[in-house]
Amino acid sequence: MVTSTISSFAAVATAATVSPGLDLEASFTDVMQGLGLSAGAARLLWLPLPMLLVLVAAVVGVLVSVWLERKISAAVQQRIGPEYAGALGVLQPIADGLKLVFKEDIIPARADGLLFTIGPVLVVIPVILSWLVVPFGQHLVISNVGIGIFLWISLSSIQPIGLLMSGYASNNKYSLLGGLRAAAQSISYEIPLALAVLAVVMMSNSLSTVDIVDQQTGAGILSWNIWRQPVGFLIFWICALAECERLPFDLPEAEEELVAGYQTEYSGMKFALFYLGSYINLVLSALLVSVLYLGGWGFPVPVEWLAGAIGQSVDAPVVQVITGATGIVMTVLKAYLLVFLAILLRWTTPRVRIDQLLDLGWKFLLPIALVNLLVTAALKLAFPMAFGG
Amino acid sequence: MFVLSGYDAFLGFLLISAAVPVLALVANKVLSPKSRQGERELTYESGMEPMGGAWIQFNIRYYMFALVFVVFDVETVFLYPWAVAFHRLGLLAFIEALIFISILVVALAYAWRKGALEWS
Repeated sequence: MVTSTISSFAAVATAATVSPGLDLEASFTDVMQGLGLSAGAARLLWLPLPMLLVLVAAVVGVLVSVWLERKISAAVQQRIGPEYAGALGVLQPIADGLKLVFKEDIIPARADGLLFTIGPVLVVIPVILSWLVVPFGQHLVISNVGIGIFLWISLSSIQPIGLLMSGYASNNKYSLLGGLRAAAQSISYEIPLALAVLAVVMMSNSLSTVDIVDQQTGAGILSWNIWRQPVGFLIFWICALAECERLPFDLPEAEEELVAGYQTEYSGMKFALFYLGSYINLVLSALLVSVLYLGGWGFPVPVEWLAGAIGQSVDAPVVQVITGATGIVMTVLKAYLLVFLAILLRWTTPRVRIDQLLDLGWKFLLPIALVNLLVTAALKLAFPMAFGG
Repeated sequence: MFVLSGYDAFLGFLLISAAVPVLALVANKVLSPKSRQGERELTYESGMEPMGGAWIQFNIRYYMFALVFVVFDVETVFLYPWAVAFHRLGLLAFIEALIFISILVVALAYAWRKGALEWS
């Protein structure tokens, strides 16, 4: 029953569009118009569905990465880690979250109550909003807006305002220093990050994340951007770690020096919002690395070859459903490999000092990113075919 | 394709993502215990009585980095349209960007030389 519904959806999708890949929105609109609704009404009905789905996916992604973090850190330190809440402790993050919901929300007497509340909210909203442009398939994206990846870059620069705000509003010396460090760190690593993205954008001639992945299909793993942008990949990954405030760049919350940085005075749900924001940001950064450099939803072997090998056309409904499903799995798999790497890095590298951090950002990554951009431009002029025409 | 298509979804997702922290805070407000007591509302300072406020002097370097950031952030924003349209512009655009970037590299070298990128 379900299979036949899916395949009929896919059949409608193939009829409605020329491009390969599932287009659930088109089929949904067709079904709704079949029921006598106008196109506008069908779109209004459709809009919240992918958003809520992505929101749930983001929250589940956070729970999974919190669990992974605890289990992997335990393994690194030869401990067992959480094991009583559910099998292998999988329910531990949910228990943590529930605990935080029931905690008292303390606003220090000398803090600025309004800014103290707005701070964590301002940190979380842009991070969630950035999931708008994360594609899981040709049409499996909330909205393929024209400015795509640039939207993420601009949204990610709202976050330091929230951190600075909460650091200032706490009226605590540790918080103030943590907030200042967080802001200095984000702005220092934002420029190399944006320049690394710029080189990718130049190769795909578009800011749209879907176009960026499309440009990496064709020869499977060989056409992924990581081979053409190895330096850019490293710059992006280092900067993404710094933007997420992960070790070795977790100075804003360096517990040996600043207690917990800007989070020192926070408790209950507001602390949970910071926690949620940082993990959503980690998963988001990993997803964007996979989209920008590791071929997004692309399978290591081109789907056309595999479909040809089993004697099916790429446009056959069954093949489309399988391609769509593997696309989602591939995107998530690549992202979680990077999350795993980030967690391992956290438990194996020492923290850098603030002068080393700023030196790395301004005196090393920024010049390298500029050179990488110019080299990409020169190579694109010399070999237009290999660098996106 | 119309340049501004798809932004209705942006507005919708903005509302949904703004609802997440608001709902979370409201749930916390409803569910959490409330016991206003003086001691716990003290500013945390390693268990000691806080000494003065948090309006302390902090390193001027944060300000210097913010200034340099503004220069390079605007540069990056200028480069975005260039990168997207680069395949249509060709060699001349490359030379123009080379001049533009080299001016900024001079600015970076100047800031470096003047010690704006030094901590301490």
